[in-house]
Parts: sequence; C-alpha cells; structure tokens
Amino acid sequence: MVRCPHFGGRFREYFPGLKLFFVLTSLLAFTCPGWAVEPLPAREVAPGVFVHQGRYEIFTPRNSGDTSNTGFVIGRDGVAVIDTGGSPRVGAALLAAIREHTELPIRYVINTHMHPDHIFGNVAFEGENPQFVGHAKLPRALAARRDRYLTINRELLGEAFEGARIMPPTEFAKDRLELDLGDRKLLVEAHPTAHTDNDVTVFDEKTGTLFLGDLLFARHIPALDGSIRGWLALLDDLAKRNDVKRAVPGHGPEQMPWPAAIGAERRYLTKIADEVRVMIKEGRPLAEAAQTAGLSEKDAWLLFKEYHARNVSAAFAELEWE
Amino acid sequence: MKTNPIKRTKFSQALAALLILGAGIAVGMGASAPAFADDDPWKDIHRNVFESREVIENDGVVELEAPYRAEDAAVVPLTMRFPASAGEVKRLTLIIDKNPAPVAATFVFGEAAGKGDRMISTRVRVDTYSNIRAIAETADGKLHMATKFVKASGGCSAAASKDADEALANLGKMQIRTFPDVHAKDRSTPQREAQVMIRHPNFTGMQMDQVTRQYTPMKIVQEMDVTRDGERIFKMEGGISISENPNFRFTFAPGSEDAIEVTATDSDGKVFTASSAGKAS
Repeated sequence: MVRCPHFGGRFREYFPGLKLFFVLTSLLAFTCPGWAVEPLPAREVAPGVFVHQGRYEIFTPRNSGDTSNTGFVIGRDGVAVIDTGGSPRVGAALLAAIREHTELPIRYVINTHMHPDHIFGNVAFEGENPQFVGHAKLPRALAARRDRYLTINRELLGEAFEGARIMPPTEFAKDRLELDLGDRKLLVEAHPTAHTDNDVTVFDEKTGTLFLGDLLFARHIPALDGSIRGWLALLDDLAKRNDVKRAVPGHGPEQMPWPAAIGAERRYLTKIADEVRVMIKEGRPLAEAAQTAGLSEKDAWLLFKEYHARNVSAAFAELEWE
Repeated sequence: MKTNPIKRTKFSQALAALLILGAGIAVGMGASAPAFADDDPWKDIHRNVFESREVIENDGVVELEAPYRAEDAAVVPLTMRFPASAGEVKRLTLIIDKNPAPVAATFVFGEAAGKGDRMISTRVRVDTYSNIRAIAETADGKLHMATKFVKASGGCSAAASKDADEALANLGKMQIRTFPDVHAKDRSTPQREAQVMIRHPNFTGMQMDQVTRQYTPMKIVQEMDVTRDGERIFKMEGGISISENPNFRFTFAPGSEDAIEVTATDSDGKVFTASSAGKAS
C-alpha cells in the first residue's frame, strides 16, 4: 500500500514557492486520493480570527469527521489553532485553509476537550512542530479512552481516519495559561467539570472573541459527558463576563452574540435537571426518565434523537446523588 | 481423609470463573477475528456456569426488561421480575454473553426477599451487541431463563468516569432509599421497594492509566449483602460488568422496622457499610 506523506512545514521549506507547493499538492492528491486536500472554508469573524463551521451531523464516511467548529487566530509571530476536526483529513484541510491566509509558523494547537470530533485532526499539524495545548486533565481522559476512540472512529469514518493517532497535549492549562502570538495574547482557561472534565475556553483579548469549545452548543443539541450541575454553574459564571464581544460555539454558527448565545443551551440543561430531579424525588427509575424527561425540547434542536436520552441518563446518574 | 465440601465448591467455582474469564478473553479477541465472533458463547457459559443443566426458557418465572438499543453502553438499565406465581427463587444469575467476563452478577435471595411479586434492577456495562440472560434458580433446583438482545458497544473498555477525580474522592459513599409500595392494595403479598447505591469507580481493569501507560488494575465491588431488620434480602456477587457507582433497586417483604443494612466489600478488601433509619425516622 502506498503511504502518503503529510503536507506541511517540510514541504514548504524545500519548495517555498506557493504555486509550486499547490502544484505538488494536487499531484500528490492525484496519486493519493485519500489525501486530496481541499481547504476548509473559513470565515474571518474578527480581524485575524477565522472560524470554520462543522456540519450538524454525526460521524459518517461522507463528512470525513467535519462535524465540529474549528478556528485559528493569526498573530504577528505565529498562528494558534483551536480544535482540529474529527480526522487527519479534516486536519489537513484546516491546515490548507490556514495556508491560504498566512505562511507564519503554527505555534499552538489547542484542543478544547477530549472528544474525537475536536482532536483527530491534530496529526496533520505534527510537521509544523507546534505546542499542543489542553486541560491538565486531558492526557488522562485521552489515555482512558484511547483504544475505544481509535477503534470506533475508524469504523465510523473509514478512509478519512487513516493515520489517526491520539496526540496528547505538550503544554497544560491547570488554571490559566497565556499564549503569546506577538501582538496578541490568547488566554486559555481550564474549567471544572462541565461538558467533560477537561474543558478549556480560549479568549482572544484583542478582539474579545471567546472560543467555548463544546461548553457552547447552538442548534446542535448539547451533549453531556461531564456534570450537568457543573455545566450550569459554569454558564452562570461565564454569562457575567463583560469582556466578551462574540462567542464561537463548538457546534453552531461561526459566531454568536454574547451572552445571548448561551440562552438556549441553558434552558435545555435547566429543563433536564429540573425534570430529572422531580422524577428522582418521585422514585421513578432511570430507564423511565430516559424515555420521558425533557421531551418538550425535541423541536428546538438538531440531532435530538441521537443525544437526548443519553443526556438524561447521564443527568439522572449524577443528580440521584444529590 | 474427608474433603471439605465447602472448600471444594469454592475451588470449583474459582475454576469455573477462570474458565469463563478465559473464554471471555477468547471472545474479546475474536472481535478482530471474524471467524470467532460468530461463535455462540452461550454454549460454553452454559457448561461452565450451570454444568449444562437443563434451562427452561420463558416460562414466566423470571422476566427481563432491557432496552433494545442502549443509550449509554456503560449504564444499561436491567430489571428482573419474579411474579408471586414463580414461588421461591433462591438465586439469580445475570449473564452478558459477549462481555469479557460474562457473569455480570449473581444474587442469592434470603427470607426478607419475600414471596410476592419481586423485582430487582441494576445497571450494567455492555461491551458489544450481545444477548443478556437472567437465569433464576427456584427452590426445586430448576433453572429458568429470560433473554434479551441488546445493541450496545464499548461499555467495558469505555472509560467509566465522567469525572475521574470525583469517582475516587467519594469512594464507598452509600445512599439507601425506601419507597412506599404504590401497588400494595392490589397485591395479596405486599412488598416494599428500596434502592442501594454505592460510589465506586468499578474499574474494569481495561482502562489505561495515564502515568504508567498500564491498564488500571481491576477495582470492583465484589460482594454486597443487603438485609432488612437483620434478615437477608439478597447477597450480590458482582464482576466488572456492573456499572460505575453500583446501583440496585429491589423489592423486599415488609418487616417490623424496615431498616435496611448494607455491607459491601471491594476487590481491595475495603468494607463499606450503611443503614437506613427504618420506620422510626
């Protein structure tokens, strides 16, 4: 079998001419269909801040794992990438998108949390030698899920997943971590358990853009894999921030107004928590709650069927300890 | 010299457990070798766990409720029921055919389990699409089985903890609830309902540790003895298939105080106890 090389830094060193690079890229793409790199469309939501909007879908071979939002911030000295999509193929397309705008080195690749749709593009950036940045608890979370994630996502995505590896962070956010891109600083903040136990947000001070990863879902139903109480408490805290001008959700539009962006998600989580608490008090079992709680939210979200009952189960298993 | 029958039983049980584990590993490995995966593991389980004794299927002695498609493979709710007409049930074995260790749990019932309509439910991990079996042994020594097919995957190797630090910080914390019997009037033999929950990660031994890059050693609740006013309702022996924070909801025959006491032992030898206040409170 033909192994296809990664595109990236090394190629540009040898072939600094951009045109030649793209000629080569398409040549390689021709011989290696799995690596055909079409840059991801990305919109500049604020000066130097770009967002690609993922599809409102679950993983399928057709979408290659392009189901979550990814972004990049270009500074004077380098670039920071926020999440890399769900497969090496999406990661490579993200890198190609960045290269349409800048040749600056990629200093940081930040993963907002452990989920496959946000991390499996990391491998495409390896040749750029960035620091990989994540929550201090991200390595443990990834290690615990490693085999499972690799097996199941290979099944779900097929060819687009080829070459995927778990790439844990090399730099950790325990509390707050400042990343310097020259003329702008990014603030990476680690949060207590909410969507997962390893969520970070990324704040671009210069433009007031807050990347929330999957702490913020819009249109795409929220997915609970951490703590519903923690998540609601964190949303209350975040809503108080007045330095935020726009929010970038992990799933949803490219940008949203703040703090209005969190309204729907907060309503959904509150509704589940309230209804599940009543059912626990009445002594009803988990299986029943999973079938009946929160159904009034059905038409408010995409992918409701795929995630809702599971969210309720998770909330139930947490709240019955109150 | 006389051999001690109890010892021999224990030994043969241990041997059976080893055999099952071995069979389980073979099945687990079979996932990547299709020729193996199609083999029906029930034949081996039937031989090793039940010495190939006759099993009567779907005769109404035991009923099993399980979701056809599990929402979360790490927390699959199962409910087993014995109607009053089933008579005395001595033991219940819960089998998940394709899990690495198919025997999820056994429950031995005591006096306080009662004789009316009985129910016990718990939450399990299901590693792949599998048959799940509830096998009840009645006082006459006969085996009765109910089977459900469940579509789930990744319950055993999926990381158990949504919040890994909290799982260990609260190790052994227990909660007991008793519920009034809403159907009491319709029943000739009244039963009450209670729920026992214990905070425990129930590590399967298949989750990898970040620092050592080794698999986390198995750490599970192995035994749980539940009594009402000092009389046994049931004693559970559990394996790695029981979900994190083991949770049991069950009926029992009402007594004078209805004070529930629980003693749980985990694989590290830690003993956890808890009791409900009973009627007085």
